[in-house]
Amino acid sequence: MAQHEVNYASTGGLPVALTTVDKLLNWGRANSLWPMTYGLACCAIEMMATGASRFDFDRMGVIFRASPRQSDVLILAGTLSKKHAEFARRLYDQMPDPKWVISMGSCANTGGMFNTYATVQGVDRIVPVDIYLPGCAPRPETLQYAVMMLQKKINRQSGNMNKNTKQRFV
Amino acid sequence: MRKYTPKDNVQGKAKYTDRFWVAPRVPRESFDTDSHFSAVHKAMSEAVDVLDAYVELGQLVIHIRPEDNIAALEVLKNRCDYAMCSELSAIDYLAQDGEFEIFYQMLNLKKAKRTRILTRIKENQAIESIVPLYAMANFAEREMYDMFGITVNNHPYLKRIIMPDDWVGHPLRKTYPLQGDEHAAWYEVDKIFGKEHRDVIGPENRDPGRIDRYDSQRFSRVGYEVPFGAQEAESETEQPIEYSKQILVDYTTGSEVLDTRK
Repeated sequence: MAQHEVNYASTGGLPVALTTVDKLLNWGRANSLWPMTYGLACCAIEMMATGASRFDFDRMGVIFRASPRQSDVLILAGTLSKKHAEFARRLYDQMPDPKWVISMGSCANTGGMFNTYATVQGVDRIVPVDIYLPGCAPRPETLQYAVMMLQKKINRQSGNMNKNTKQRFV
Repeated sequence: MRKYTPKDNVQGKAKYTDRFWVAPRVPRESFDTDSHFSAVHKAMSEAVDVLDAYVELGQLVIHIRPEDNIAALEVLKNRCDYAMCSELSAIDYLAQDGEFEIFYQMLNLKKAKRTRILTRIKENQAIESIVPLYAMANFAEREMYDMFGITVNNHPYLKRIIMPDDWVGHPLRKTYPLQGDEHAAWYEVDKIFGKEHRDVIGPENRDPGRIDRYDSQRFSRVGYEVPFGAQEAESETEQPIEYSKQILVDYTTGSEVLDTRK
């Protein structure tokens, strides 16, 4: 018998399932991760493919939202230039808590091949990153795996997000 | 005493430097009389002071003085049917000659001919805008100003176009370091968090293959494990990796059957 099913015989016929608030909150959060529609470079093409029908992000509850106010995952997909860093950080700041960041691709992770003056050498210089996703560009399956890893991470966390966040940035 | 010359890598240098190597140059040809280029050259000579003119790879190249650029392009546009300026920018020859070379790549759509106007300016000299003649020059001159720091007089909106407005330096100059100067290195940190957060965030890691042995958050240890995020002093003695002494398959002895399950 699956864990979530209620055994009416053993619980005296009461339709009761016992859980904790943490688990309930995390269940809700992990299964409705709404990333922002925000692409920076060619990784965004893979991100779009991930959202489209062949790979189908919707079945994981991942629905791209067009506003930072409605999203809780920021997928930084591509090369972040220094000129644009300010705006990426502003979008992150506009997202309501709790929020998570996936750094997608080599350029977002470390600057990648763009070891130049105009590229941010890793987006963790401007936003706290939860999942680093390697690849150039990562395949859609890889991005889905990253989201599954993020779901695992969320399920491990406390429901009280203040406990989880280390305030590195002011 | 002899003058000191650095002796490091002398053999490598001798191997890779050819003393007799001459940089290849595109052959310069003269143009035929009564050709299209000849007519362009004639019209140009009447209007401005032509310093040099030749044909390179089927394109006419004309050197002029920087103050004549408007007059020269007017000749091309109004008298020679050059309806299009396809490219305009500068080349940094500051180290060689102390000058920028500015080129205007012109296209005659009716005769399918191209002409390049070249002119040279000093580092702090300004050039006149050609926006009244060719509207495309609006963005191209802004890019030239952004990338080389060349001031363009009478431009309608001279402002940086690629780099941010508060950027320091002009990236396409040969003296600009590829990985950026001090301002570039801290640009996003200064802009977002403020200069006082430089210490918190730390300098850029320009070596993507760097492995920090004592970083237990990003790297695992070979041979022994420590808990995630464990702080360890750098004075910690290195523990040797322990290998198993048991030989699983001995390839040195010529046994016929390696896998006993068969």
